[in-house]
Amino acid sequence: MRPVFLAGSILAVSLAAAGALFAQDAPRLRGPEPFSLDAPAPPMPRPITNDVRVRRNYPDQPPLIPHNVEGYALDLNANQCMTCHARRFTEQSQAPMISVTHYQDRDGTTLGGLAPRRYACLACHVPQTEARPLVENTFRDMDELAEPEQRTGARGRR
Amino acid sequence: MSATEDTGAEKQAERQPGWIRRRWNAFRNLPLIRTALGPATTLSLAFLTLGGFFAGVVFWGGFNTVLEYTNRTEFCIGCHEMRANVFEELQGTIHAVNRSGVRAQCADCHVPHDWTHKMGRKMQASMEVWGHLFGTISTRELFLNHRRTMAEREWARMEANDSLQCRNCHTAEAMDLTKQNPRAAAAHERFLFTGERTCIQCHRGIAHRLPDMHGVPGWQ
Repeated sequence: MRPVFLAGSILAVSLAAAGALFAQDAPRLRGPEPFSLDAPAPPMPRPITNDVRVRRNYPDQPPLIPHNVEGYALDLNANQCMTCHARRFTEQSQAPMISVTHYQDRDGTTLGGLAPRRYACLACHVPQTEARPLVENTFRDMDELAEPEQRTGARGRR
Repeated sequence: MSATEDTGAEKQAERQPGWIRRRWNAFRNLPLIRTALGPATTLSLAFLTLGGFFAGVVFWGGFNTVLEYTNRTEFCIGCHEMRANVFEELQGTIHAVNRSGVRAQCADCHVPHDWTHKMGRKMQASMEVWGHLFGTISTRELFLNHRRTMAEREWARMEANDSLQCRNCHTAEAMDLTKQNPRAAAAHERFLFTGERTCIQCHRGIAHRLPDMHGVPGWQ
């Protein structure tokens, strides 16, 4: 009886600890608790449309879209992004041209136009909204990590 | 030789008028037509003028009522081609639902508002009845195959009348550029106000999905 009780209490304590750990994983991203409840949908956040270019968090990051893209055609028939961002339309649109890498296939061969694998713009480039993040973002810019070393003359000490 | 033939023809013409003339005379001699073309014998002048006036009001009113009836969205989507394709695609676009609740009906964009152009468009639209009867776009596949042709017709119409249907609601004079985002303001200033382009040349496919855009100017 006694070892069973001990094992039971150990299990109960570990379950409670696991529960506390899960409880720290806030806020809850999966909807209401219990899941069978109906929760009102949060309001749609407004899109950011200020046309100000956003700094990339790392050099290879696909640039963010600083304008609304609601209703833009992007399917087999038409790619509306390219009506402004294609090389030959950038003069009239004053929009940034798509990167030269987008004119190359995966072997690095330059093609006559937009590479088919780059056609779905919104697969990598996304617009932003005014929604506040559900969890705090602890991302640190590469420069934040690199600069202190440079300032203290890390290279000279080595 | 030719002279004798000529005189023979003249004699024939004297004897009997030409075919058209004979038909015309027979028509004029029909009892109903003879009565219609003769002066009124029993009806008063007041009856004829006032009656004609009121009959005109009724006919004209009836004509315009039917014309407006065919301009309603419910009439347009009475055919499954319109309901299942273009009307379905319109839902959710800015011209169907928006923050202020102003909605464009089919005819607002596809039929000019002023009378002369409206009549012209309505006459052209009789071809669409033909298309319906013969099933030109009776299935989704046929519709998709035909979409570029139909879209090009609409674009051509809009380019020819300087996007008249757009301007029924959106006038350049009433545009407040400070309320637009800088990108739109710059584009309107450069292309719209200078008259270099008309609405449809940039704003294609705003209410319906686009056809295959290969070769359309400004697209690739």
